[in-house]
Amino acid sequence: MSWIGRSLPRLEDPSLLKGQGRFVADLAQGAAAVKFVRSPLAAGAILGIEKPDDGLVFTADDLVGVKGIRPLLHRPDYVPVSQPVLAKDRVVFCGQAVAAVVAEDQGLAEDLAEQVFVDIEPEDAVVDFAQALGEGARPVHPEAPGNVLVEGNIRTPGFDAAFASAAEVVALELRSGRQTAMPLEARGGVARFDPLTGRVTLYASVQMPHMLRTGIADVLGFPESDLRVVAPDVGGGFGQKMALFPEYVVLVWLARHLRRDVAWLEDRRENFLAAAHSRDQVFQVRGAFAADGTLLALEADLKSNVGAFSCYPVTCGVEPLMGLAELPGPYRFSEYAARSRGVTTNTCMMAPYRGVARPMLTLTMERMMDVAARRLGIDPVEIRRRNLIETFPHRSPTGLVYDEGSYGETMELAVKALDLPAFRRQQAEARSAGRYLGAGFSVFSERTGYGTPAYAARGMDIVPGYELVNLAMDPSGFVEARIGASPHGQGLKTSLAQLISDELGVLPSKVRVIAGDTDATPYGWGTFASRSMVISGGACKIAAGKVAERLKSIAAAMMHVEPEAIRLADDLAYAEATNQTVPIGEVARAAYHQSHRYPQVGPGLQEQALYDPAGTFSNACHACIVEVDVETGGVKIRRFVVAEDAGVLINPMIVDGQIHGGVAQGIANALFEELVYDEAGNLLTASLADYLPPTIAEMPSIEIEHLVTYSEATITRAKGVGEGGTIGAPAAVINAIVDALSPFGIDLFEIPATPQRIRDLIRNAERTHHV
Amino acid sequence: MSDKHAVTLNVNGKDYRIQVEPRRTLADALRDDCGLTGTHIGCEHGVCGACTVLVDDRPVRSCLMFAVQVEGARVRTVEGLAKGEELHPLQKAFWEKHGLQCGFCTPGFLMLATGILEAEPDISDEDLRDVLSSNLCRCTGYQNIIKAVCAAASEMRACQPSASL
Repeated sequence: MSWIGRSLPRLEDPSLLKGQGRFVADLAQGAAAVKFVRSPLAAGAILGIEKPDDGLVFTADDLVGVKGIRPLLHRPDYVPVSQPVLAKDRVVFCGQAVAAVVAEDQGLAEDLAEQVFVDIEPEDAVVDFAQALGEGARPVHPEAPGNVLVEGNIRTPGFDAAFASAAEVVALELRSGRQTAMPLEARGGVARFDPLTGRVTLYASVQMPHMLRTGIADVLGFPESDLRVVAPDVGGGFGQKMALFPEYVVLVWLARHLRRDVAWLEDRRENFLAAAHSRDQVFQVRGAFAADGTLLALEADLKSNVGAFSCYPVTCGVEPLMGLAELPGPYRFSEYAARSRGVTTNTCMMAPYRGVARPMLTLTMERMMDVAARRLGIDPVEIRRRNLIETFPHRSPTGLVYDEGSYGETMELAVKALDLPAFRRQQAEARSAGRYLGAGFSVFSERTGYGTPAYAARGMDIVPGYELVNLAMDPSGFVEARIGASPHGQGLKTSLAQLISDELGVLPSKVRVIAGDTDATPYGWGTFASRSMVISGGACKIAAGKVAERLKSIAAAMMHVEPEAIRLADDLAYAEATNQTVPIGEVARAAYHQSHRYPQVGPGLQEQALYDPAGTFSNACHACIVEVDVETGGVKIRRFVVAEDAGVLINPMIVDGQIHGGVAQGIANALFEELVYDEAGNLLTASLADYLPPTIAEMPSIEIEHLVTYSEATITRAKGVGEGGTIGAPAAVINAIVDALSPFGIDLFEIPATPQRIRDLIRNAERTHHV
Repeated sequence: MSDKHAVTLNVNGKDYRIQVEPRRTLADALRDDCGLTGTHIGCEHGVCGACTVLVDDRPVRSCLMFAVQVEGARVRTVEGLAKGEELHPLQKAFWEKHGLQCGFCTPGFLMLATGILEAEPDISDEDLRDVLSSNLCRCTGYQNIIKAVCAAASEMRACQPSASL
């Protein structure tokens, strides 16, 4: 009986349910409290810093020999900028850390921080694209006079000819507001100094512990072995916790400098101001369509506001270069010309956030399909049918190779689940009663589980991608898998245990997965980019398979049969032909304690495995029905259907949970959440009273259908599924709103579609039509 | 600000005699002075609800209350829900229905739901959703939280007659 495919309750849960989780703040007992003094202005020269006479206050001048954080891309169009861990000479965004204070508890640290005065000569802030790219714009960094930190370009040879043959050109400009991942646990770290060894252990709420260790050791200039990084229970990350932040560098420096334990626990306001933001993009596209709705060519100019710095290690190229590479999405056209720029401004740095560029590029392509369908008089579903890729492997105009998927099939499944003909009747009836219902679709690909080739292609200086696992069965038959991935809520330990159990024939409760500790796990890249199930899972499958071979060899010798005749299941090694069994625990004990009997196998049951795949594409269609209140501009989502193909589902309950959470964040992007800066670069939305993540009241019930395509691109046949919900939802919601408001002839190209924006559109439409 | 007051907090039936500044929040006192770190702090401005505990059986944001206000009251936190190894029906339901992912908001949701289901065992699903909209979760999209609370509500109702004897 296979453990794969079963909705096993998570092994992670009991401690979390009993309040016995160990999050960073739970590990801070006895440590001195650190508080950062942050710039109140977006841009300016630091004239001086006034400190109180007593109290521990540290500024850039104290950090002798500490380097800046300077992530690199090896591309001629990339401009590296260095981020000082505490601002020196000038500040470049509101919230930038300028000083660190240390006191006996959090309250006293806050009192002390309030006594530090940073004297800044303000400069005009560069906040948006118009200010950053306009004629004579003030450079945010002297290294980048035009405020462009990275620029990718592509033009296929047949583009001009294909474009010229179009029957209809659809030109659109899409905008996404600025969003933040907003993990419920903000950032935080506890740095414990060991006076005996001089070594520091940093407990930090992060997704990439090994990378953090490398980054901190490099910036502070000491050997990595002097630092251990532990990611304990982590209260959500969604990408925000995969960057090397200055605060962690300062924390480790303080622990070494003061030779004592120090803790920094970020508050919510700091998390809004200074952690990392996302989105804030303007995508201009022109799609060239044939009369039958075939998309022939696409031209694009993509702009991503990357904030004041480039995030380490992925750099500010992550949004613009993904936008450039993946804009074509699930569509078949082959001619493409695009430019994509990362634009620096006096705002908080961007880090990857669930979906990265794909919510916006999916919104762009899916709005374009709907607009083209309307202009050409084709049904929106039909125009997608005519353009979706259906033969595999498919090579996109940017050279990406899509493995087997079910793009058309998931769309048909979603259309059927929605019962579109019945909905159209209901929609007509509702309209006659003055109610505005609409249906919207979004078809997309989710590139997941990509290894080093994908990151190397971006020109990254630090090339992530592979995963290692050290897997051992101990003499009692229990298993430990030490992984380089670093889960933070995904239930990965349970899913991996199921996968390993199937290889080794033991119960998942006998498999302990160890993650998030640089002393206990092989070097790895952590958990992000929907990679862990595919890559770490693949490595676990290989390693467990190797241990299984050793078990079988020993069991075969014990029962005097051939290893091929042994099957491992139910904690037993079966020799089926002779109907013999030996408990796996006994085989394991023999492997360690009677190894002289099995010289051909060698002692012990330990294996390391590496997996570094090229990547795989999950695919899905989201379909939703909304009702728009035309008086208030409020949107209610009546139904939300996800037809998803993520290959083989290891734990379907966990997969559905990923989709649920992803869709919620996508709906948030579509309707609610927006970080707003004023023209001076002050963040106006730095509390949860102003920034509006959805509650249970705003969330529809999410209906999920699964298709399973067996792809050769992943050895577990599992594809990644962490981001799809967030990628597809905004486009489905916005297309549904536009459908609902079609009697007004309204089009909508900006998210979030707040009641105010929708009312503005309705008001304008009424003015145009009736006055 | 260092004048400390002696306060006795009764938490999960046990008295904790602590010395706190008047400005010390209940959340900080529970975590730092009583060592009960199951109550989590998500925003410290009363929106997210991760720090929800029961004070005299009513859900409160422990980040919006001072410890000195709680003298003489009965406080219940997530650590008091299970009876030894036996999980509370809500904890069981959250486990079975996958009502948590990262688990950071979970103690707050458990205490909010405990408070409301004890006060109104027959609450309608609609009113339950309304109450649960007090707290934020960033991982689950709330789908399985509502399923878990509804399942626990049925179980707690089924247990009700013997409990009221």
